[in-house]
Amino acid sequence: MKDKRNAIYAAGFLILGVLLLVLLVLNVAIGSSKMTLQQVFQILFTRQGDNSAIVWNIRLPRLLTAALLGGALAVSGFLLQTFFGNPIAGPFVLGISSSAKLLVALTMIGSLARGVAVGSLGMILAAFVGSMLSMGAILLVSSRLKSMSLLIVCGIMIGYICSAVTDLVVTFANDSNIVNLHNWSLGSFSGMKWSSVGTIAVTVLASLALTFLLSKPMGAYQLGENYAQNMGVNVKLFRIELILLSSILSACVTAFAGPISFVGIAVPHLIKTLFRTAKPIIMIPACFLGGGVFCLLCDLIARTLFAPTELSISSVTAIFGVPVVIWMLLKRQKSKEGA
Amino acid sequence: MAEAILRSDSLIVGYGGNPVISGIDLGAEAGKILTLIGPNGAGKSTILKTLIKQLPPVSGAVYLDGQELGTLKARDIALKVSAVLTGRPNPELMTCGDVVATGRYPYTGRLGILSDHDREVAAESMELVQVTELKDRDFNRISDGQRQRVLLARAICQEPRVLIMDEPTSFLDIRHKLDFLYLLRKLVLERQLAIVLSLHELELAQRFSDTVLCVRGGKVDRIGPPEEIFRGNYIAELYGVEHGSYNAELGCVETEAVQGTPRVFVVGGGGSGIPTYRLLQRRGIPFAAGVLPLNDADLPIAMALATEVVTDKAFEPVSAEAVSKALALAEKCEKVVCAAEGFGTMTAENRRILTWAEEMGKLLPLEALNTL
Repeated sequence: MKDKRNAIYAAGFLILGVLLLVLLVLNVAIGSSKMTLQQVFQILFTRQGDNSAIVWNIRLPRLLTAALLGGALAVSGFLLQTFFGNPIAGPFVLGISSSAKLLVALTMIGSLARGVAVGSLGMILAAFVGSMLSMGAILLVSSRLKSMSLLIVCGIMIGYICSAVTDLVVTFANDSNIVNLHNWSLGSFSGMKWSSVGTIAVTVLASLALTFLLSKPMGAYQLGENYAQNMGVNVKLFRIELILLSSILSACVTAFAGPISFVGIAVPHLIKTLFRTAKPIIMIPACFLGGGVFCLLCDLIARTLFAPTELSISSVTAIFGVPVVIWMLLKRQKSKEGA
Repeated sequence: MAEAILRSDSLIVGYGGNPVISGIDLGAEAGKILTLIGPNGAGKSTILKTLIKQLPPVSGAVYLDGQELGTLKARDIALKVSAVLTGRPNPELMTCGDVVATGRYPYTGRLGILSDHDREVAAESMELVQVTELKDRDFNRISDGQRQRVLLARAICQEPRVLIMDEPTSFLDIRHKLDFLYLLRKLVLERQLAIVLSLHELELAQRFSDTVLCVRGGKVDRIGPPEEIFRGNYIAELYGVEHGSYNAELGCVETEAVQGTPRVFVVGGGGSGIPTYRLLQRRGIPFAAGVLPLNDADLPIAMALATEVVTDKAFEPVSAEAVSKALALAEKCEKVVCAAEGFGTMTAENRRILTWAEEMGKLLPLEALNTL
């Protein structure tokens, strides 16, 4: 049994690894100027060739961002699902992405009006404050509402309010800012600079490492708060750590790519199905890889399907993510009836 | 008295600083079962939650090996105390083996990876509780009885010295209740565990506990060995029983007697009358019974259900005076029924009641009781 499990885990990671590599290469090769595989590798390893500039200045930063942020979203979703003991929880559904978006929009417009540029760290900070605000609201509500479905409804409502206010702010912003802001508020991985990639990589990978160190108490927490405490988990501290990490991860995504829907719910579910486990020590790295794969695929579709027009990343993730979520709900209902 | 591993000292428990129960002085000793009983909502769970530090005490303190619980780290408590709680955990995609292995939590390293020793302990715990065959089954897809045993295995896997359990036998059928409590006895004897649990099943509390603690009306009403607690009318008092009664010696509940003048006189004895008493009670027919020697198996039930019972000395033949009394009673009844299968040396006099009834045309065959 133990060997069989390890075989499943190894196979799962192998599949994710191969998919990730294939999608990385495809994302470099496919676009308005197409390249052969040979050209791709030549450019990647020697920086020589016709399209070297396109690859190094546009495609590489973009695909790295997509992979890192996709992974961050999936892990953030998994953390929230563990926290709330509900597989539908995720940064988008709970309104955390939307309130982060609102704060980032306000910061952007405010700083542009004063002629100050806010750096990428500033953006993350703004998004983090936004995430914490709605997280705080959700926690306040959750202490009164014991029903998970009501909690989700609350999250969706918070999301709507924040989106409405963001739209309002965007509408009244200076014309020159609007185009940029509008694209961002729909969600997109385009226009990433290497400096942003650096900031993203440091933030996401550091949070991921810290999250991984929480996998032991997370496993205990899956049996419920009371059992976790009985096993020796400092529950109060653990809950704070969980909330902070999931907020940092989703804030980082929102700050750079805008709100991206359903990755946080769909990917953890797909990973659980693939690995047949919910053990955090497996789930955290697997969700990170899976989120990267998912977002690379979605971004590839978003920018190539109707090229040169780009779709917003959220449209694509929703199209792929929603069926997964519905499938999961049906499956859960079925297993409930079965038990 | 042995030194208690876990004990409380003038403990007052409650929620948010509001006292619910006061005056709790208890001690969990190695090799002993301490059972909390009391009416619903009396606060048994509140006490148990305080003992495992899920609630802070309102005042007083809980000591684990002489150290105050509040000063200990969660892990240090986990190394000595484990629990089976109410409420069903429903972890996703976890096998029963996984659930049991979570008991190793306080022993594993930073990432919680199980060592060979951890696996051995988990396997032993499952073996002890006899859930080894459930190892690879999904925890969410087993029966209530199995789930309770798996959770017990999990608690044992934590290698505690004290085991705290909140109503562990609720939702189990009678066979599994017994199995579960036998298992606890075994743990207490073989591993010298100290067990503190709450039970609703009084008859089981009476039979399996070393000490019983009764919670009622915001305080610990009594604490003592079951022989002292299950005596007289105390249990009915503790629970505020209004309809029926609780037979402390036999450990069973009894319904109320039907009020009114008796319509049927039942001649029973040796346990043979009990089904008849129950039948009449169910049908709402007031009845009298006799003559029963004071050591007769019928007596407790007859006392509870009959409006009047004619009794006589134990270990002596039924006397003529007692039979005259019975006859006087039977005269007022419409019918006389014989539930006894026969009469021996001691109850020979009872025959006279039947002979008399036959003469008077009052004797009703047992089978005809339903026609009344």
